[in-house]
Amino acid sequence: MDTANTHINETTESDTGRKPLILIEDVHKSFGSNHVIRGFKLKLFENENLVIVGKSGSGKSVLLKCIVRLEEMDSGTLQVLGKDIDQLDQYELDQLRTEIGFLFQGSALYDSMTVRENLQFPLRRHRARMIKEDEEKLILEALTNVGLAHAIDLMPAELSGGMKRRVALARTLILRPKIILYDEPTSGLDPITAKEIIELILHVQKEYNAAAMIITHDMDCARVISNRMIILVDGINYAEGTYEELSTMEDPKVQAFFK
Amino acid sequence: MAEGSIWKNINIFLEETGTISRFTGRFFKEVWRPPYEFREFIRQCYQVGYESLILVGVTGFIMGVVLTLQTRPTMSDFGAEGMMPSMVGIAIIREIGPVITALICAGKIGSGIGAELGSMKVTEQIAAMEVSGTNPFKYLVVTRVMATTLMIPLLVIFADTVGLIGSYLVENAKGDVSFRLYFTKVFDFLQFGDVWPATIKTFFFGFAIGIIGCYKGYTSKKGTAGVGRAANSAVVITSMVLFVLDFIAVLIADIFYEL
Repeated sequence: MDTANTHINETTESDTGRKPLILIEDVHKSFGSNHVIRGFKLKLFENENLVIVGKSGSGKSVLLKCIVRLEEMDSGTLQVLGKDIDQLDQYELDQLRTEIGFLFQGSALYDSMTVRENLQFPLRRHRARMIKEDEEKLILEALTNVGLAHAIDLMPAELSGGMKRRVALARTLILRPKIILYDEPTSGLDPITAKEIIELILHVQKEYNAAAMIITHDMDCARVISNRMIILVDGINYAEGTYEELSTMEDPKVQAFFK
Repeated sequence: MAEGSIWKNINIFLEETGTISRFTGRFFKEVWRPPYEFREFIRQCYQVGYESLILVGVTGFIMGVVLTLQTRPTMSDFGAEGMMPSMVGIAIIREIGPVITALICAGKIGSGIGAELGSMKVTEQIAAMEVSGTNPFKYLVVTRVMATTLMIPLLVIFADTVGLIGSYLVENAKGDVSFRLYFTKVFDFLQFGDVWPATIKTFFFGFAIGIIGCYKGYTSKKGTAGVGRAANSAVVITSMVLFVLDFIAVLIADIFYEL
Protein backbone atom coordinates (compact mmCIF):
# COMPACT_ATOMS: atom_id res chain seq x y z
CA MET A 1 0.00 0.00 0.00
CA ASP A 2 1.25 3.49 -0.87
CA THR A 3 1.97 5.33 2.37
CA ALA A 4 1.07 8.62 0.62
CA ASN A 5 -2.59 7.53 0.80
CA THR A 6 -2.56 7.08 4.57
CA HIS A 7 -3.79 9.48 7.28
CA ILE A 8 -0.87 9.74 9.65
CA ASN A 9 -0.56 12.59 12.08
CA GLU A 10 2.40 11.27 13.89
CA THR A 11 2.54 12.17 17.58
CA THR A 12 6.00 13.35 18.62
CA GLU A 13 7.77 13.88 21.93
CA SER A 14 7.28 17.64 21.64
CA ASP A 15 3.48 17.14 21.30
CA THR A 16 3.25 15.16 24.50
CA GLY A 17 6.22 16.45 26.49
CA ARG A 18 6.87 12.80 27.47
CA LYS A 19 9.50 10.22 26.57
CA PRO A 20 8.48 7.32 24.33
CA LEU A 21 8.55 4.01 26.20
CA ILE A 22 8.25 2.05 22.98
CA LEU A 23 9.67 3.24 19.68
CA ILE A 24 8.97 1.25 16.55
CA GLU A 25 10.31 2.34 13.16
CA ASP A 26 9.95 0.67 9.80
CA VAL A 27 9.40 -2.82 11.23
CA HIS A 28 8.87 -5.67 8.76
CA LYS A 29 7.83 -9.24 9.52
CA SER A 30 7.04 -12.08 7.13
CA PHE A 31 5.98 -15.69 7.52
CA GLY A 32 7.24 -17.37 4.36
CA SER A 33 5.75 -15.43 1.48
CA ASN A 34 3.15 -13.76 3.70
CA HIS A 35 4.47 -10.23 4.41
CA VAL A 36 2.42 -9.44 7.53
CA ILE A 37 3.99 -6.19 8.78
CA ARG A 38 5.32 -3.80 6.14
CA GLY A 39 7.14 -0.87 7.64
CA PHE A 40 5.02 -0.24 10.74
CA LYS A 41 5.96 2.60 13.10
CA LEU A 42 4.68 3.94 16.40
CA LYS A 43 5.63 5.61 19.65
CA LEU A 44 4.04 4.75 22.97
CA PHE A 45 4.38 7.48 25.58
CA GLU A 46 4.24 7.38 29.38
CA ASN A 47 0.76 7.16 30.90
CA GLU A 48 -1.05 6.79 27.61
CA ASN A 49 -3.45 4.18 26.35
CA LEU A 50 -2.72 3.50 22.70
CA VAL A 51 -5.26 1.35 20.89
CA ILE A 52 -4.41 -0.45 17.67
CA VAL A 53 -7.29 -1.69 15.55
CA GLY A 54 -7.15 -3.72 12.40
CA LYS A 55 -8.80 -6.61 10.61
CA SER A 56 -8.01 -10.20 11.57
CA GLY A 57 -4.70 -11.23 10.05
CA SER A 58 -3.49 -7.64 9.73
CA GLY A 59 -0.50 -8.38 11.99
CA LYS A 60 -1.65 -6.80 15.28
CA SER A 61 -0.84 -9.77 17.54
CA VAL A 62 2.42 -10.40 15.68
CA LEU A 63 3.39 -6.80 16.39
CA LEU A 64 2.81 -7.29 20.15
CA LYS A 65 4.84 -10.49 20.08
CA CYS A 66 7.70 -8.67 18.31
CA ILE A 67 7.74 -6.11 21.15
CA VAL A 68 8.49 -8.82 23.75
CA ARG A 69 10.56 -10.82 21.23
CA LEU A 70 8.27 -13.81 21.19
CA GLU A 71 8.61 -13.29 17.43
CA GLU A 72 11.77 -11.96 15.80
CA MET A 73 11.19 -9.05 13.40
CA ASP A 74 12.86 -9.26 9.98
CA SER A 75 14.08 -5.64 9.87
CA GLY A 76 13.52 -2.23 11.42
CA THR A 77 14.09 -0.58 14.79
CA LEU A 78 12.26 -1.62 17.94
CA GLN A 79 13.24 0.04 21.20
CA VAL A 80 11.59 -0.67 24.55
CA LEU A 81 12.51 1.59 27.49
CA GLY A 82 15.43 2.88 25.41
CA LYS A 83 16.87 -0.57 24.64
CA ASP A 84 17.11 -2.13 21.19
CA ILE A 85 15.13 -5.31 21.69
CA ASP A 86 17.03 -7.32 19.06
CA GLN A 87 20.44 -6.44 20.56
CA LEU A 88 19.74 -7.87 24.03
CA ASP A 89 21.17 -11.15 25.28
CA GLN A 90 18.85 -13.61 27.05
CA TYR A 91 19.56 -12.26 30.56
CA GLU A 92 18.99 -8.62 29.52
CA LEU A 93 15.86 -9.63 27.65
CA ASP A 94 14.45 -11.45 30.71
CA GLN A 95 15.16 -8.40 32.87
CA LEU A 96 13.44 -6.10 30.37
CA ARG A 97 10.46 -8.45 30.14
CA THR A 98 9.80 -7.92 33.85
CA GLU A 99 9.07 -4.26 32.98
CA ILE A 100 6.48 -5.31 30.40
CA GLY A 101 3.18 -6.95 31.27
CA PHE A 102 1.46 -9.04 28.60
CA LEU A 103 -2.20 -10.02 28.82
CA PHE A 104 -2.83 -12.87 26.41
CA GLN A 105 -6.05 -13.22 24.46
CA GLY A 106 -6.80 -16.62 26.05
CA SER A 107 -5.54 -15.53 29.51
CA ALA A 108 -2.77 -18.21 29.42
CA LEU A 109 -3.09 -19.07 33.12
CA TYR A 110 -0.90 -22.02 34.20
CA ASP A 111 -3.62 -24.61 34.55
CA SER A 112 -1.69 -26.97 36.85
CA MET A 113 -1.36 -24.20 39.46
CA THR A 114 -3.85 -22.46 41.74
CA VAL A 115 -4.57 -18.75 41.36
CA ARG A 116 -2.13 -18.05 44.23
CA GLU A 117 0.63 -20.10 42.55
CA ASN A 118 -0.02 -18.36 39.24
CA LEU A 119 0.75 -15.05 40.92
CA GLN A 120 3.64 -16.47 42.94
CA PHE A 121 5.32 -17.75 39.79
CA PRO A 122 6.80 -14.44 38.53
CA LEU A 123 7.41 -13.21 42.10
CA ARG A 124 9.51 -16.22 43.11
CA ARG A 125 11.71 -15.73 40.09
CA HIS A 126 12.19 -11.98 40.16
CA ARG A 127 11.67 -11.09 43.82
CA ALA A 128 13.38 -14.15 45.25
CA ARG A 129 14.48 -12.40 48.45
CA MET A 130 10.99 -11.19 49.33
CA ILE A 131 9.77 -12.60 52.64
CA LYS A 132 6.68 -14.80 52.60
CA GLU A 133 4.42 -12.27 54.37
CA ASP A 134 5.25 -9.54 51.83
CA GLU A 135 4.70 -11.97 48.99
CA GLU A 136 1.29 -12.93 50.36
CA LYS A 137 0.40 -9.25 50.83
CA LEU A 138 1.33 -8.42 47.23
CA ILE A 139 -0.68 -11.34 45.87
CA LEU A 140 -3.73 -10.37 47.90
CA GLU A 141 -3.38 -6.73 46.86
CA ALA A 142 -3.18 -7.66 43.16
CA LEU A 143 -6.20 -9.96 43.47
CA THR A 144 -8.16 -7.36 45.44
CA ASN A 145 -7.45 -4.82 42.68
CA VAL A 146 -9.18 -7.11 40.20
CA GLY A 147 -11.92 -8.05 42.68
CA LEU A 148 -10.96 -11.72 43.05
CA ALA A 149 -9.37 -12.05 46.49
CA HIS A 150 -11.87 -14.82 47.29
CA ALA A 151 -10.63 -16.95 44.36
CA ILE A 152 -7.06 -17.23 45.65
CA ASP A 153 -7.12 -21.00 46.17
CA LEU A 154 -9.15 -21.95 43.10
CA MET A 155 -7.75 -23.68 40.04
CA PRO A 156 -8.04 -21.92 36.64
CA ALA A 157 -10.47 -24.63 35.47
CA GLU A 158 -12.90 -23.49 38.20
CA LEU A 159 -12.97 -19.88 36.93
CA SER A 160 -15.26 -18.29 34.32
CA GLY A 161 -13.79 -16.60 31.21
CA GLY A 162 -14.04 -13.13 32.76
CA MET A 163 -12.48 -14.29 36.04
CA LYS A 164 -9.60 -15.91 34.16
CA ARG A 165 -8.97 -12.65 32.31
CA ARG A 166 -8.95 -10.77 35.64
CA VAL A 167 -6.55 -13.24 37.29
CA ALA A 168 -4.30 -12.98 34.22
CA LEU A 169 -4.36 -9.20 34.63
CA ALA A 170 -3.45 -9.54 38.32
CA ARG A 171 -0.53 -11.79 37.35
CA THR A 172 0.53 -9.23 34.76
CA LEU A 173 0.47 -6.47 37.40
CA ILE A 174 2.26 -8.30 40.19
CA LEU A 175 5.72 -7.15 39.08
CA ARG A 176 4.43 -3.55 38.60
CA PRO A 177 5.37 -3.24 34.90
CA LYS A 178 5.88 0.13 33.23
CA ILE A 179 4.16 -1.01 30.05
CA ILE A 180 1.17 -3.36 29.65
CA LEU A 181 0.37 -5.00 26.33
CA TYR A 182 -3.22 -6.22 25.96
CA ASP A 183 -4.03 -8.69 23.19
CA GLU A 184 -7.79 -8.49 22.55
CA PRO A 185 -8.69 -8.04 26.25
CA THR A 186 -12.47 -8.28 25.69
CA SER A 187 -12.66 -10.95 23.00
CA GLY A 188 -14.91 -13.90 23.80
CA LEU A 189 -16.57 -12.14 26.74
CA ASP A 190 -20.21 -11.15 27.12
CA PRO A 191 -20.90 -7.35 26.94
CA ILE A 192 -21.27 -6.96 30.72
CA THR A 193 -18.02 -8.78 31.54
CA ALA A 194 -16.29 -6.93 28.69
CA LYS A 195 -17.39 -3.65 30.25
CA GLU A 196 -16.02 -4.78 33.63
CA ILE A 197 -12.67 -5.60 32.02
CA ILE A 198 -12.57 -2.20 30.32
CA GLU A 199 -13.23 -0.46 33.67
CA LEU A 200 -10.55 -2.61 35.23
CA ILE A 201 -7.99 -1.59 32.60
CA LEU A 202 -8.77 2.09 33.27
CA HIS A 203 -8.52 1.51 37.03
CA VAL A 204 -5.20 -0.27 36.60
CA GLN A 205 -3.75 2.56 34.55
CA LYS A 206 -4.69 5.03 37.29
CA GLU A 207 -3.44 2.80 40.11
CA TYR A 208 -0.20 1.57 38.54
CA ASN A 209 0.67 4.52 36.23
CA ALA A 210 1.51 2.10 33.44
CA ALA A 211 1.35 2.90 29.73
CA ALA A 212 -0.82 0.49 27.77
CA MET A 213 -0.93 -0.75 24.21
CA ILE A 214 -4.25 -2.42 23.47
CA ILE A 215 -5.09 -4.47 20.44
CA THR A 216 -8.78 -4.87 19.87
CA HIS A 217 -11.66 -5.29 17.45
CA ASP A 218 -14.06 -3.93 20.02
CA MET A 219 -14.75 -0.27 19.10
CA ASP A 220 -16.65 0.34 22.36
CA CYS A 221 -13.53 -0.72 24.21
CA ALA A 222 -11.40 1.54 21.96
CA ARG A 223 -13.72 4.52 22.53
CA VAL A 224 -13.63 4.26 26.32
CA ILE A 225 -9.97 3.33 26.78
CA SER A 226 -7.97 5.09 24.08
CA ASN A 227 -6.06 8.34 24.33
CA ARG A 228 -4.85 7.71 20.79
CA MET A 229 -5.62 5.13 18.11
CA ILE A 230 -3.79 3.63 15.17
CA ILE A 231 -5.62 1.83 12.39
CA LEU A 232 -3.53 -0.94 10.90
CA VAL A 233 -4.30 -1.88 7.30
CA ASP A 234 -2.20 -4.36 5.31
CA GLY A 235 0.62 -4.23 7.83
CA ILE A 236 1.15 -0.44 7.90
CA ASN A 237 -0.26 2.48 9.92
CA TYR A 238 -3.20 3.60 7.79
CA ALA A 239 -4.59 6.27 10.09
CA GLU A 240 -3.73 7.73 13.47
CA GLY A 241 -5.53 10.09 15.84
CA THR A 242 -8.00 10.23 18.69
CA TYR A 243 -11.21 8.18 18.57
CA GLU A 244 -13.19 11.33 17.73
CA GLU A 245 -10.83 12.35 14.91
CA LEU A 246 -10.86 8.91 13.32
CA SER A 247 -14.59 8.37 13.70
CA THR A 248 -15.30 11.53 11.71
CA MET A 249 -12.79 10.77 8.95
CA GLU A 250 -14.47 10.18 5.59
CA ASP A 251 -12.06 7.57 4.28
CA PRO A 252 -14.12 4.39 3.65
CA LYS A 253 -11.35 2.09 5.00
CA VAL A 254 -11.38 4.01 8.27
CA GLN A 255 -15.15 4.25 8.40
CA ALA A 256 -15.42 0.47 7.97
CA PHE A 257 -14.16 0.11 11.55
CA PHE A 258 -16.76 2.49 12.99
CA LYS A 259 -19.85 1.13 11.28
CA MET B 1 5.84 -40.85 -7.37
CA ALA B 2 6.71 -43.53 -4.77
CA GLU B 3 10.38 -42.56 -5.06
CA GLY B 4 9.50 -38.93 -4.31
CA SER B 5 7.54 -39.99 -1.28
CA ILE B 6 10.47 -42.09 0.02
CA TRP B 7 12.84 -39.11 -0.33
CA LYS B 8 10.31 -36.90 1.39
CA ASN B 9 10.09 -39.33 4.32
CA ILE B 10 13.89 -39.60 4.53
CA ASN B 11 14.05 -35.80 4.57
CA ILE B 12 11.46 -35.59 7.35
CA PHE B 13 13.33 -38.26 9.35
CA LEU B 14 16.67 -36.46 9.01
CA GLU B 15 15.11 -33.10 9.86
CA GLU B 16 13.42 -34.58 12.94
CA THR B 17 16.66 -36.27 14.03
CA GLY B 18 18.48 -32.94 13.66
CA THR B 19 15.94 -30.99 15.70
CA ILE B 20 15.78 -33.64 18.46
CA SER B 21 19.61 -33.54 18.62
CA ARG B 22 19.56 -29.73 18.93
CA PHE B 23 16.86 -29.99 21.59
CA THR B 24 18.97 -32.56 23.51
CA GLY B 25 22.03 -30.32 23.14
CA ARG B 26 20.05 -27.44 24.62
CA PHE B 27 19.10 -29.66 27.58
CA PHE B 28 22.76 -30.37 28.37
CA LYS B 29 23.55 -26.64 28.08
CA GLU B 30 20.70 -25.55 30.35
CA VAL B 31 20.95 -28.28 32.98
CA TRP B 32 24.12 -26.81 34.57
CA ARG B 33 23.00 -23.18 34.55
CA PRO B 34 21.34 -21.59 37.60
CA PRO B 35 18.69 -20.91 38.73
CA TYR B 36 17.81 -24.55 39.52
CA GLU B 37 14.10 -25.31 39.63
CA PHE B 38 14.42 -27.68 42.59
CA ARG B 39 10.79 -27.45 43.74
CA GLU B 40 9.43 -28.31 40.29
CA PHE B 41 11.96 -31.13 39.97
CA ILE B 42 10.67 -32.70 43.21
CA ARG B 43 7.08 -32.28 42.01
CA GLN B 44 7.94 -34.03 38.75
CA CYS B 45 9.74 -36.85 40.62
CA TYR B 46 6.56 -37.37 42.62
CA GLN B 47 4.40 -37.41 39.48
CA VAL B 48 6.71 -39.64 37.45
CA GLY B 49 7.72 -41.96 40.28
CA TYR B 50 5.07 -42.20 42.97
CA GLU B 51 2.07 -41.89 40.65
CA SER B 52 3.34 -44.72 38.45
CA LEU B 53 3.96 -47.15 41.31
CA ILE B 54 0.62 -48.99 41.10
CA LEU B 55 0.74 -49.43 37.32
CA VAL B 56 4.37 -50.57 37.35
CA GLY B 57 3.76 -52.80 40.39
CA VAL B 58 0.75 -54.57 38.86
CA THR B 59 2.57 -55.02 35.53
CA GLY B 60 5.68 -56.36 37.28
CA PHE B 61 3.67 -58.80 39.39
CA ILE B 62 1.79 -60.20 36.38
CA MET B 63 5.08 -60.38 34.45
CA GLY B 64 6.64 -62.55 37.17
CA VAL B 65 3.58 -64.78 37.57
CA VAL B 66 3.09 -65.33 33.82
CA LEU B 67 6.77 -65.96 33.13
CA THR B 68 6.89 -68.61 35.86
CA LEU B 69 3.61 -70.26 34.82
CA GLN B 70 4.65 -70.39 31.15
CA THR B 71 8.17 -71.73 31.62
CA ARG B 72 7.62 -74.12 34.52
CA PRO B 73 6.15 -77.04 32.46
CA THR B 74 9.08 -76.97 30.00
CA MET B 75 11.65 -76.77 32.81
CA SER B 76 9.79 -79.61 34.51
CA ASP B 77 10.09 -81.78 31.38
CA PHE B 78 13.87 -81.42 31.60
CA GLY B 79 13.86 -81.99 35.37
CA ALA B 80 15.19 -78.50 35.92
CA GLU B 81 12.53 -77.07 38.24
CA GLY B 82 15.28 -76.26 40.70
CA MET B 83 16.69 -73.78 38.17
CA MET B 84 13.40 -71.83 37.96
CA PRO B 85 14.29 -69.04 40.45
CA SER B 86 17.67 -68.41 38.79
CA MET B 87 16.21 -68.45 35.27
CA VAL B 88 13.33 -66.12 36.16
CA GLY B 89 15.63 -63.82 38.18
CA ILE B 90 18.09 -63.40 35.33
CA ALA B 91 15.34 -62.95 32.73
CA ILE B 92 13.52 -60.32 34.78
CA ILE B 93 16.55 -58.37 35.99
CA ARG B 94 18.54 -58.41 32.75
CA GLU B 95 15.86 -57.83 30.17
CA ILE B 96 12.15 -58.21 30.81
CA GLY B 97 11.92 -55.90 33.83
CA PRO B 98 13.75 -52.90 32.30
CA VAL B 99 12.16 -53.16 28.85
CA ILE B 100 8.56 -53.81 29.93
CA THR B 101 8.69 -51.12 32.63
CA ALA B 102 10.23 -48.61 30.21
CA LEU B 103 7.56 -49.37 27.59
CA ILE B 104 4.77 -48.98 30.17
CA CYS B 105 6.32 -45.68 31.29
CA ALA B 106 6.70 -44.50 27.69
CA GLY B 107 2.94 -44.98 27.35
CA LYS B 108 1.99 -43.36 30.64
CA ILE B 109 4.68 -40.75 31.30
CA GLY B 110 5.94 -39.97 27.77
CA SER B 111 2.45 -39.39 26.38
CA GLY B 112 1.48 -37.41 29.51
CA ILE B 113 4.44 -35.08 29.13
CA GLY B 114 3.81 -34.69 25.39
CA ALA B 115 0.14 -33.85 25.93
CA GLU B 116 0.77 -31.52 28.89
CA LEU B 117 3.49 -29.47 27.20
CA GLY B 118 1.58 -29.53 23.91
CA SER B 119 -1.53 -28.07 25.50
CA MET B 120 0.61 -25.50 27.35
CA LYS B 121 2.08 -24.51 24.01
CA VAL B 122 -1.25 -24.08 22.19
CA THR B 123 -2.83 -22.16 25.08
CA GLU B 124 0.20 -19.82 25.14
CA GLN B 125 1.19 -20.81 28.71
CA ILE B 126 4.77 -21.38 27.55
CA ALA B 127 4.78 -17.94 25.89
CA ALA B 128 3.38 -16.45 29.12
CA MET B 129 6.30 -17.95 31.07
CA GLU B 130 8.72 -16.52 28.54
CA VAL B 131 7.29 -12.98 28.71
CA SER B 132 7.39 -13.10 32.49
CA GLY B 133 11.17 -13.41 32.19
CA THR B 134 11.31 -17.11 33.10
CA ASN B 135 13.14 -19.68 31.02
CA PRO B 136 10.35 -22.19 30.19
CA PHE B 137 12.85 -24.72 28.84
CA LYS B 138 14.56 -24.87 32.21
CA TYR B 139 11.32 -24.95 34.18
CA LEU B 140 9.41 -27.43 32.02
CA VAL B 141 11.93 -29.52 30.10
CA VAL B 142 15.01 -29.79 32.33
CA THR B 143 12.97 -30.73 35.42
CA ARG B 144 10.92 -33.37 33.60
CA VAL B 145 13.88 -35.00 31.86
CA MET B 146 15.87 -35.07 35.12
CA ALA B 147 12.88 -36.61 36.90
CA THR B 148 12.34 -39.38 34.33
CA THR B 149 16.09 -40.12 34.19
CA LEU B 150 16.21 -40.64 37.95
CA MET B 151 12.80 -42.22 38.52
CA ILE B 152 12.68 -44.86 35.75
CA PRO B 153 15.62 -46.84 37.24
CA LEU B 154 13.85 -46.81 40.63
CA LEU B 155 10.60 -47.94 39.02
CA VAL B 156 12.46 -50.75 37.24
CA ILE B 157 13.97 -51.94 40.54
CA PHE B 158 10.48 -51.86 42.07
CA ALA B 159 8.98 -53.78 39.11
CA ASP B 160 11.80 -56.37 39.27
CA THR B 161 11.20 -56.89 43.00
CA VAL B 162 7.44 -57.25 42.63
CA GLY B 163 7.95 -59.52 39.60
CA LEU B 164 10.21 -61.84 41.62
CA ILE B 165 7.68 -61.91 44.47
CA GLY B 166 4.98 -62.91 41.93
CA SER B 167 7.23 -65.64 40.62
CA TYR B 168 7.96 -66.85 44.17
CA LEU B 169 4.22 -67.08 44.93
CA VAL B 170 3.70 -69.37 41.91
CA GLU B 171 6.74 -71.48 42.83
CA ASN B 172 5.53 -71.69 46.42
CA ALA B 173 2.07 -72.79 45.33
CA LYS B 174 3.31 -75.34 42.80
CA GLY B 175 6.51 -76.60 44.37
CA ASP B 176 6.39 -75.62 48.03
CA VAL B 177 9.57 -73.53 47.89
CA SER B 178 10.34 -71.31 50.88
CA PHE B 179 10.88 -67.54 50.54
CA ARG B 180 14.49 -67.80 51.74
CA LEU B 181 15.34 -70.70 49.42
CA TYR B 182 13.74 -69.00 46.42
CA PHE B 183 15.62 -65.74 46.83
CA THR B 184 18.90 -67.48 47.74
CA LYS B 185 18.67 -69.30 44.41
CA VAL B 186 17.86 -66.06 42.59
CA PHE B 187 20.86 -64.19 44.00
CA ASP B 188 23.29 -67.14 43.86
CA PHE B 189 23.16 -67.15 40.09
CA LEU B 190 23.10 -63.39 39.57
CA GLN B 191 26.42 -61.83 38.68
CA PHE B 192 27.70 -58.29 38.59
CA GLY B 193 27.53 -58.49 34.77
CA ASP B 194 23.78 -59.21 34.96
CA VAL B 195 22.82 -56.35 37.27
CA TRP B 196 25.10 -53.45 36.41
CA PRO B 197 24.50 -53.10 32.61
CA ALA B 198 20.76 -53.66 33.13
CA THR B 199 20.70 -50.83 35.70
CA ILE B 200 22.78 -48.41 33.63
CA LYS B 201 20.57 -48.81 30.58
CA THR B 202 17.48 -47.83 32.58
CA PHE B 203 18.96 -44.31 33.07
CA PHE B 204 19.16 -44.02 29.27
CA PHE B 205 15.60 -45.35 28.97
CA GLY B 206 14.42 -42.69 31.44
CA PHE B 207 16.29 -39.97 29.60
CA ALA B 208 14.80 -41.06 26.25
CA ILE B 209 11.25 -41.09 27.67
CA GLY B 210 11.66 -37.58 29.11
CA ILE B 211 13.47 -35.90 26.25
CA ILE B 212 11.23 -37.27 23.47
CA GLY B 213 8.01 -36.50 25.41
CA CYS B 214 9.23 -32.97 26.09
CA TYR B 215 10.44 -32.43 22.54
CA LYS B 216 7.14 -33.52 21.04
CA GLY B 217 5.08 -31.37 23.42
CA TYR B 218 7.33 -28.32 23.42
CA THR B 219 7.45 -28.15 19.62
CA SER B 220 3.84 -29.15 18.93
CA LYS B 221 1.96 -27.08 16.35
CA LYS B 222 -1.43 -26.86 14.69
CA GLY B 223 -3.69 -26.34 17.69
CA THR B 224 -5.50 -29.01 19.67
CA ALA B 225 -5.05 -31.61 16.91
CA GLY B 226 -1.32 -31.06 17.35
CA VAL B 227 -1.59 -31.91 21.06
CA GLY B 228 -3.02 -35.36 20.28
CA ARG B 229 -0.38 -35.90 17.64
CA ALA B 230 2.37 -34.86 20.07
CA ALA B 231 1.19 -37.36 22.71
CA ASN B 232 0.81 -40.13 20.16
CA SER B 233 4.15 -39.63 18.41
CA ALA B 234 5.93 -39.30 21.77
CA VAL B 235 4.87 -42.88 22.59
CA VAL B 236 5.61 -44.29 19.12
CA ILE B 237 9.07 -42.72 18.79
CA THR B 238 10.05 -43.45 22.40
CA SER B 239 9.06 -47.12 22.05
CA MET B 240 11.24 -47.46 18.94
CA VAL B 241 14.14 -45.64 20.58
CA LEU B 242 13.86 -47.88 23.67
CA PHE B 243 14.34 -51.00 21.55
CA VAL B 244 17.30 -49.44 19.73
CA LEU B 245 18.87 -48.41 23.06
CA ASP B 246 18.27 -51.88 24.47
CA PHE B 247 19.93 -53.43 21.41
CA ILE B 248 22.98 -51.15 21.80
CA ALA B 249 23.15 -51.82 25.56
CA VAL B 250 23.02 -55.60 25.05
CA LEU B 251 25.76 -55.39 22.38
CA ILE B 252 28.03 -53.30 24.63
CA ALA B 253 27.38 -55.53 27.66
CA ASP B 254 28.11 -58.56 25.52
CA ILE B 255 31.48 -57.13 24.44
CA PHE B 256 32.51 -56.50 28.06
CA TYR B 257 31.17 -59.88 29.17
CA GLU B 258 33.20 -61.63 26.44
CA LEU B 259 36.33 -59.72 27.49
